[in-house]
Amino acid sequence: MRKLAICLFALACCAALSAQGPEYGLGHAPSEQDLKAIDISVGPDGANLPPGEGTVADGAQLYERTCRECHGPEGKGSEETGFIGTPQDLRLEKPKKTVGSYWPYATTLYDYIRRAMPFKTPGSLSDDQVYAVTAYILSLNGLVPQDGSLNAEKLKQIEMPNKDGFVPDPRPDVK
Amino acid sequence: MPTPDSSRRKFLALTATSALAACSKQESETAQEAPSRLGAPVSAYGGRSPHENATRLRPSTPTPEEASSLTPLADSQGIITPSALHFERHHSGVPDIDPDKHQLTLHGLVERPLTFSMSELERLPSASLIYFVECSGNSRSEWGSNKASTVQVSHGMASCSEWTGVPLKLLLAEAGIKPEAKWLICEGGDACRMSRSLPVEKALDDCLVAYGQNGEAIRPEQGYPLRLIVPGWEGNINVKWLRRIKAVAEPAMARDETAKYTDLLEDGKARQFTFAMEAKSVITYPSGGQSLSGPGFYEVRGLAWSGRGRIEKVEISTDGGETWQAAEVQEPRLPKAFTRFRMPWRWEGGEVALIARAIDDTGYIQPTVEELIAVRGKHSDYHNNGQKLWKVGADGKVTENA
Repeated sequence: MRKLAICLFALACCAALSAQGPEYGLGHAPSEQDLKAIDISVGPDGANLPPGEGTVADGAQLYERTCRECHGPEGKGSEETGFIGTPQDLRLEKPKKTVGSYWPYATTLYDYIRRAMPFKTPGSLSDDQVYAVTAYILSLNGLVPQDGSLNAEKLKQIEMPNKDGFVPDPRPDVK
Repeated sequence: MPTPDSSRRKFLALTATSALAACSKQESETAQEAPSRLGAPVSAYGGRSPHENATRLRPSTPTPEEASSLTPLADSQGIITPSALHFERHHSGVPDIDPDKHQLTLHGLVERPLTFSMSELERLPSASLIYFVECSGNSRSEWGSNKASTVQVSHGMASCSEWTGVPLKLLLAEAGIKPEAKWLICEGGDACRMSRSLPVEKALDDCLVAYGQNGEAIRPEQGYPLRLIVPGWEGNINVKWLRRIKAVAEPAMARDETAKYTDLLEDGKARQFTFAMEAKSVITYPSGGQSLSGPGFYEVRGLAWSGRGRIEKVEISTDGGETWQAAEVQEPRLPKAFTRFRMPWRWEGGEVALIARAIDDTGYIQPTVEELIAVRGKHSDYHNNGQKLWKVGADGKVTENA
């Protein structure tokens, strides 16, 4: 009887939630254009990647001008700023977490560079330039050919070496 | 008839007044005497006494915009961190945002995409709640052998405020979140437009879209004019300068939920979406860098908190963890908030090893760092809620257990 009551209550709650309309009448509907301008989220399946393309060669030149200062020559920066590696580096005495060794999705690299880099002038690169720098960094890890390029279609095909390197949180793990 | 004692007091008072009058006007009055001249007038926005000097500790770095500053927990009273001393962690500096131009947009898997102005958000039903915010990198120093020598360094990336704002579930109901939406990508309006994915289940539970902190507008360093508060969860997901929430089916796999704030295990795998900050406590007095002036009475004081609920109990050991006794836990014991504990203690002189451990209302007991390392391995230094030991030396000096 009690179970039935709980089920009925839960059903009523679900119905209430789905039937819920706007109660307060505040806020306005953004236009498609407004949303397009602010929606820079790229999904791990490549969703919402913008049109455009960039080559490894262009990315290398751009890297020299805008990234090298912090990230070192050819992505060989410090432990914090370098890009190159393989998942084997995660089992070293001093593990190295880099794009090559650690990042599970190539789309994250595009998303992050576009929103946050270069450090001092984030958001200053065009979509094509972001493809180019992404292509160059992935080429340093052997994930894009030296003479290659990236666009939305190509980027979402890339499988990162550490794609399966993450597990869910099992805590509390000390009992 | 005046007693000799009261005459003596009057004489002393007179002497002190004359002495004061003879002194330069800049000198402050003696502690026992009432001021003999006018104090400062009323002011528009108060500051603290010039005799107080606790500050956030800032690292020396070429990129202070991508850095953190630490709360001086040893100087804190009660359970609220002054807004000016709340720890900071910025990834691209503190933006200067005009609240009249700031907007929050909800879109993606919703029935009605909606954009709110700040004044519209402030018109909606509100709530004020006290929650701690703790960076998942707090106490990383304690994972290895080179332990921090002060509580500001070891635990200063945790602070607690009263936050005022709109329950996130109300905004989601207004926009009509669709059943297939399982995550919300929450994005800030800082230069790097930092973003994190939040499970819808948590958003519908207790999250707050906050514009108030400790009775006034949120401080710029804490997300002015709008911040997401995700009670009990790692600091990074409490997105500051909140400008956009996109409902999606799968998490964004943003940089800060893959490359950062993930816990690397010994076998090379890493834990992801490690959200709740587990039960933790630390003694703030006596703590590293302080000194006991001699044997006698002291009140051991500290803070406890749990991202999973209320603090049920705090225990203190004065013998390095051999034996434990219950501390007094001060009300209110609010869920996911700092909780103050105290214990009267008599120092007999000689070396003492002080430790606190918190127990929350799930029954979880704060473990030692060694117990955590035994399970997670030596590289997994985020989300460290291990116990902290302070050594009181025979000379009264308090140091880390190096």
